[in-house]
Amino acid sequence: MINSLTELEQFRQGILSKKDPDGIRVSVCAGAGCLASGAGKIIAALNEEIEKQGMQDRVLVKGTGCPGFCERGPIVVIDPDEICYLQVKPKDVAAIVSKTLKEKKLIDRLLYAGPGKDEKTVREADIPFYKNQERNIIGNNIKIDPKCIDDYLALDGYSALAKVLFQMAPEQVVDEVKKSNLRGRGGGGFPTGIKWDAARNAPGDTKYVIVNADEGDPGAFMDRAVLEGNPHSILEGLIIGAYAIGAHEGYVYVRQEYPLALENVGIAIRQAEEYGLLGSNILGSGFDFKVKVHRGAGAFVCGEETALLLSLEGKPGEPRARPPFPATRGLWGKPTNINNVETWANIPLIVNNGADWFNQFGTGKSKGTKIFSLVGKIKNTGLVEVPMGVTLRDIVYKIGDGIPGGKKFKAVQTGGPAGGCIPEEHLDIAVDYDELAKVGAIMGSGGMIVMDEDTCMVDVARYFINFLAQESCGKCSPCREGLKQMQRILTNITEGNGKEGDIELLEELAMSTGSASLCALGRTAPNPVLSTIRYFRHEYEAHIREKRCPSYSCEKLVSYYIDPQACTACLLCLKNCATDAISGSRGQIHVIDQAKCTRCRSCYDVCPPHYGAVLRFSGESVPEPIPVERRTLVEKSKAI
Amino acid sequence: MDSSVIERIIDKHHGEAGSLIQILLDIQNELRWLPGAALEMVAEKLQVPMSRIQHTVTFYKAFSLVPKGRHEINLCMGTACHVRGATRILEMIETVTGLQPGETDADMKFSLDTVNCLGCCAIGPVMEIDEQHLGKLVPDRTAALLKKYD
Ligand SMILES: Cc1cc2nc3c(=O)[nH]c(=O)nc-3n(C[C@H](O)[C@H](O)[C@H](O)COP(=O)(O)O)c2cc1C
Ligand code: FES
Repeated sequence: MINSLTELEQFRQGILSKKDPDGIRVSVCAGAGCLASGAGKIIAALNEEIEKQGMQDRVLVKGTGCPGFCERGPIVVIDPDEICYLQVKPKDVAAIVSKTLKEKKLIDRLLYAGPGKDEKTVREADIPFYKNQERNIIGNNIKIDPKCIDDYLALDGYSALAKVLFQMAPEQVVDEVKKSNLRGRGGGGFPTGIKWDAARNAPGDTKYVIVNADEGDPGAFMDRAVLEGNPHSILEGLIIGAYAIGAHEGYVYVRQEYPLALENVGIAIRQAEEYGLLGSNILGSGFDFKVKVHRGAGAFVCGEETALLLSLEGKPGEPRARPPFPATRGLWGKPTNINNVETWANIPLIVNNGADWFNQFGTGKSKGTKIFSLVGKIKNTGLVEVPMGVTLRDIVYKIGDGIPGGKKFKAVQTGGPAGGCIPEEHLDIAVDYDELAKVGAIMGSGGMIVMDEDTCMVDVARYFINFLAQESCGKCSPCREGLKQMQRILTNITEGNGKEGDIELLEELAMSTGSASLCALGRTAPNPVLSTIRYFRHEYEAHIREKRCPSYSCEKLVSYYIDPQACTACLLCLKNCATDAISGSRGQIHVIDQAKCTRCRSCYDVCPPHYGAVLRFSGESVPEPIPVERRTLVEKSKAI
Repeated sequence: MDSSVIERIIDKHHGEAGSLIQILLDIQNELRWLPGAALEMVAEKLQVPMSRIQHTVTFYKAFSLVPKGRHEINLCMGTACHVRGATRILEMIETVTGLQPGETDADMKFSLDTVNCLGCCAIGPVMEIDEQHLGKLVPDRTAALLKKYD
């Protein structure tokens, strides 16, 4: 138990002095992405090898949070030299220990390679992916073992809490947050300080603070990385908020699909309690606060704050009309303040560095940094944290390194199911709350999905509407029925059954669903439809009028055909066809049986580009198969 | 069904009606589904009407009212995986297993479900079978992978 400010600082000094100044620290990302690509095996192998080579006294191996460069995982960072190894495999481990750890030599092939083959980058911070970011929040992930509170304390953790408890009145804290201009990172972008003020001033003795860690956006994992990688930063923010608002109980609402986040948050709470950073009389200040974890049970709509509150009470999460806002009538009818994970994680930084520091990042009404989950058709998939106001082009090309496979960029979808698609012509807009809204998209919680020429925009709209139709709670009819009708029309269009007038009907349905729905799920549901119609109307028209999918993506509108002139009867497509729809043999030109073909595109993908024998057809019928008697391959040289 | 398991879980949450979802999640995790008898026990112990329990278990996707197969396939249908062709993977899994999402086959071999973002979009399209992640899926390889399970 730490009982005062002095004790906290002494304790911190104790942790720092225990660190071996010459010690080597090997950090391995143990986030979801790297674990999926085998980080667990790397950690085990490192420990084994280090012991085998007798270095266990000098080297510390840690599984850490996700630093964001998921594309090149598993990631290993070796300190104090900040050597960053990428795409490490278990077979590399022996060399890492004997060469790098023992002899201080670099292993070239594991370093980041620049565009020129010889340009190798050693330090993490110099890799272009990181260099163009401003990593106030996720920058610490790789330095922290999330299961170890001492790691957080060593990086000045909980100093903001101490400052607040001993040097600031609650009103001052609220004022500082107001001055910082921090806006909610969960999607709505509401000014956090104003919300805190409302909850603080609401009458009542019992108040609650809540972390919204339901992260339902299908294709985004920013909150997850902070929950899993640096849970104490969220808890510290939450305790500060509780002090400012006057709450003594809080909840972290985590979706059960995030088992590692649940585990790490649970451990963090227990450790903070043991240290006297949570519970009664925190740090001897007289302030009491306790936190519980609540698991969400798999309903997107429960991320909406009024639904989340009902779910916390053990009921089905169906949103209710606001006002009254949670700030006056929240959990069990008491004043409640709900903020997103990333919003809370910003609080300790603002308290420690001041509102002015925070205001130096960002643009007009959007201050600070924002974490985006940059995914889809992009070379560098990962989490990127940038100051608000950088251009989309910089994110896609400087940080993301552009589109893989030499394909052409088509659009970026931001904001999750409530967001919109931004085409090439708007790539130079600044990414902040207002600019995104101007082009029909939103900031949302930070999903950023890059799409290339192979992505069909009608299908993207169908995808999101499908998702929302499944997730609509069904309480209000505009959302329930409106989404169902939009889903039906979009499915028809992508399957070649679209009719003239469908686009107009979609627009009308979108408008009425958007204006008449009870909660923001329905109110923002039109966005994916309207933004794709706005910028990609021609794609809708091609589907409806010509039964053609310009991106060759809608399966029902695409057929595959093997060009008898180009086929070399190499058997590749035939062997890779899972439904045995291709006939032929060595020396016999291959032919696709259109009736058996499931249009899985495997043949098209495996046919070597220099043959290019598999052709795609959309909007026109495939040629008749070549007659059986002409299928025997005549060797080209002989034929001449 | 072992009723002491259910009792232990309910006791852990002090039998509070407000913990209904947490209790059901614990039972689901323990038994991998929610048998009718378990729901009746919960209803009685927490003094919550069966209708509310039904409402809750059908509202939230985490709950299953049927037993799960030996291998649970969770295919990611998150946006990133979608634009990288998850639909074609789904169709291939459906063809090979004969299952639609949410179903389990008669000999309890596979259960198929879809999820939204497993947090490893870099290796998408990706699925999780028995908690192991299989990434960079293409339809034909997916079919081959599934044939390895028994
Ligand atoms: C359908 C729907 C889903 C939402 N999901 C989330 C979510 O997963 N995480 C989140 O922080 N906010 C989510 N929100 C926004 C919350 O209602 C709320 O605005 C937010 O938690 C407030 O925190 P902030 O001010 O820090 O952003 C969602 C809103 C809607 C309408
Ligand atoms: S969308 Fe599939 S892992 Fe993220």
